[in-house]
Amino acid sequence: MANEAVGQERPKVSPLNDPAIRGYVFQALLLAVLVLLIIGATINTSENMRTRGIPTDFRFWNNVAGFDIDDTLIPYSALDTYGRAFWVGLLNTLLVSAVGIVLATFLGFVLGVARLSRNLVINKLAMAYVEVIRNTPLLLQLLFWYNAMLKPLPEPRQSIAWPGGIFLNNRGIIFPNPQYGPQAGWVVMMFFVGAAAAILYATWAHRRQIRTGEQAPVVLVSLGLIIGLPVVAFFVLGQPISLSFPMLKGFNFVGGLRVRPERVALVLGLVIYTAAFIAEIVRAGIMAVSRGQSEAAHALGLRAGPTLNLVVIPQALRVIIPPLTSQYLNLTKNSSLAVFVGYPDLVQVFAGTVLNQTGAAVQVMAITMLVYLTISLVTSALMNWYNARKALVER
Amino acid sequence: MAQAPATEPSAPLVYVRDTPTETLPPPVYARGALAWFRENFFSDILSSVLTVAAIAFLVWVLPGLVRFLFLDAVWSAKDGGPCRVVGAGACWAFIAQKWQYFMYASYPIDERWRVDTTLIVGALLVVWLLWPGLPRKGLGGLLFFIAYPIFGCILLVGWPAIGLPFADTSLWGGVFVTLLIATVGIVFSLPAGVLLALGRRSRMPIVKFLSVVFIEFVRGVPFITVLFMANTMLPLFVPPYLTPDRLLRPLIGVALFSAAYMAEEVRGGLQAIPKGQYEGAMAVGLNYWRMMRLIILPQALTLVIPGIVNNFIGLFKDTTLVAIVGIFDFLAAVEAQSHDPVWNGPSVLTTGYIFAAAFYFVFCFGMSRYSLYMERKLAAGKKR
Repeated sequence: MANEAVGQERPKVSPLNDPAIRGYVFQALLLAVLVLLIIGATINTSENMRTRGIPTDFRFWNNVAGFDIDDTLIPYSALDTYGRAFWVGLLNTLLVSAVGIVLATFLGFVLGVARLSRNLVINKLAMAYVEVIRNTPLLLQLLFWYNAMLKPLPEPRQSIAWPGGIFLNNRGIIFPNPQYGPQAGWVVMMFFVGAAAAILYATWAHRRQIRTGEQAPVVLVSLGLIIGLPVVAFFVLGQPISLSFPMLKGFNFVGGLRVRPERVALVLGLVIYTAAFIAEIVRAGIMAVSRGQSEAAHALGLRAGPTLNLVVIPQALRVIIPPLTSQYLNLTKNSSLAVFVGYPDLVQVFAGTVLNQTGAAVQVMAITMLVYLTISLVTSALMNWYNARKALVER
Repeated sequence: MAQAPATEPSAPLVYVRDTPTETLPPPVYARGALAWFRENFFSDILSSVLTVAAIAFLVWVLPGLVRFLFLDAVWSAKDGGPCRVVGAGACWAFIAQKWQYFMYASYPIDERWRVDTTLIVGALLVVWLLWPGLPRKGLGGLLFFIAYPIFGCILLVGWPAIGLPFADTSLWGGVFVTLLIATVGIVFSLPAGVLLALGRRSRMPIVKFLSVVFIEFVRGVPFITVLFMANTMLPLFVPPYLTPDRLLRPLIGVALFSAAYMAEEVRGGLQAIPKGQYEGAMAVGLNYWRMMRLIILPQALTLVIPGIVNNFIGLFKDTTLVAIVGIFDFLAAVEAQSHDPVWNGPSVLTTGYIFAAAFYFVFCFGMSRYSLYMERKLAAGKKR
């Protein structure tokens, strides 16, 4: 009897209980509430902004900023506009993030490998580093580096001298400054030519190896091209690049390239903090490659080096890259802690000084957040592309 | 192959041994302490070099550290004088003198029992929830996530009608505010994160779209900008008479921020639940919310406990950033007190930082150990 009902037309359901209709109603309600909230907030905001005399447009962008910025990559003075101050801040953020990412990756890989070392001292040292750094706030570390380490450094006349003409004092780190002569451009160009040639050569060598099985000394030739060409150009053109070493003149140094303590503290803090997380990612990635893989490689006769390069690392990278991407994004976002040590990054300059001076909270915050969103999306798009290339090709 | 020519049976092969030799003792470096030492410290040239370098590093760093922390440390002092002496170590006297301020900042002295009570009740509830052996987790959860916030709010803010005078939030600070922010983040972010995660996996396009936009937006911007936004823009969004309290604004920022991160964690758990669980739940006639509450979420949330705890650790560390909007958390209190002219001095600041680091380390390390312990405990049932 009951079987007859099966396969017949569906029983009539009250529209109150139909999931599809319920879904539409719920979404319509949600949307209505949201729209109401947005309308309310907009009305309130424009009302509030009017009564407080806050600008509601972007005209402030071209007004004279009137404040100085210590550390700029592009020429900037107090007479420039807010718009230019924005670019100064953005470039500083990008600089610190890029430098931080490169250094943190390097340190993180070293630490991650050290963490897997069979040498107990190295292993435990790396573990202590990772645990201490990961379990204390980044802000605390930044303040420690800046206030407790860099600020109490001696004044310029008692600078700590490091080998290679590097000096350390409470005004920052002073490096020898490269001076570019009139023909220096050729040397730089030869570097890029060398790099391009190396890539071409590596591609050719790879194709040939796949076709014929013959191997070519790719690393040696590439190094020769990338380093050799600029060096040859350097000497042929009569040494157009020279280093100007910092000299103590009176109370300060002249002739060097000075990196302010704020930037040093920020990069140092970000690198040390992020490297601890990268170390754990690298460790997990290498451990994810089963022992059988390296045993099989050894059984095929591969030595330790090629085993690592050809078997373990390519597989570990697949596990490492996705979380590594989010660490890069974290580092970029964490660079906004610059505001605590007074480094003029995007947040400090734009969402701090510019916002306070113009009062244009909504516009300034919207621009700042859009910039970070764009950086995040572009970085993850790039890393996704790289990840897709490295990902396991399955059937 | 040709057969080997037969030899005379009467002439034995003198070069063939017919009795086994005595077994040699194992090489001295393959067993015992020496072998362990060799294996772990000097297994090859690189390892030996690294060991020597690392020990040299420790010898260079450790004595100075011990001297600074203990031997040369100033244990008791009336002011910063003894700490400013050249060669003086950590100024523990400073911590001893200021610990009450680090704990409560300027919260009225007579009312500090309210803070203590709130903290103790909270600690008891947390133990109830986290200790695997304790019964009635459901009731504990209900108390912690619903009753406790109301209780804490009344007790801390005050309610003159029942004899508790108002304590102005501008006086709040120290460890207690750090814990308050972390608790608000945790209490709010877990339910909100679950809802957002469900929304992100929902089949309703508008719900899904809104969840994705919220999650990705919040995760794409730095925490500081969320705090800035909460601080400067929230007061603009509402009519002037509703302007949120200056402590409430960063709390809203923290809650939204941690909810987005929690949502991604929970989504990971939801995705790991096999489809059969959903289908089974639907087959026995459970509706959506019952299916989620009774079948899916208990499994999904247990799967991602380590991730959730990691989020809490991150949240706990991020509470330090509220200093940017003028909230006086623990780190800000330490920082401010080390500039006190009575104590001011280079070693005082360093001591303050070390003390703060130890505080955060204890909490974060404890949480991470707990997550490891839970992970092992939960994996025990799956091991063969």
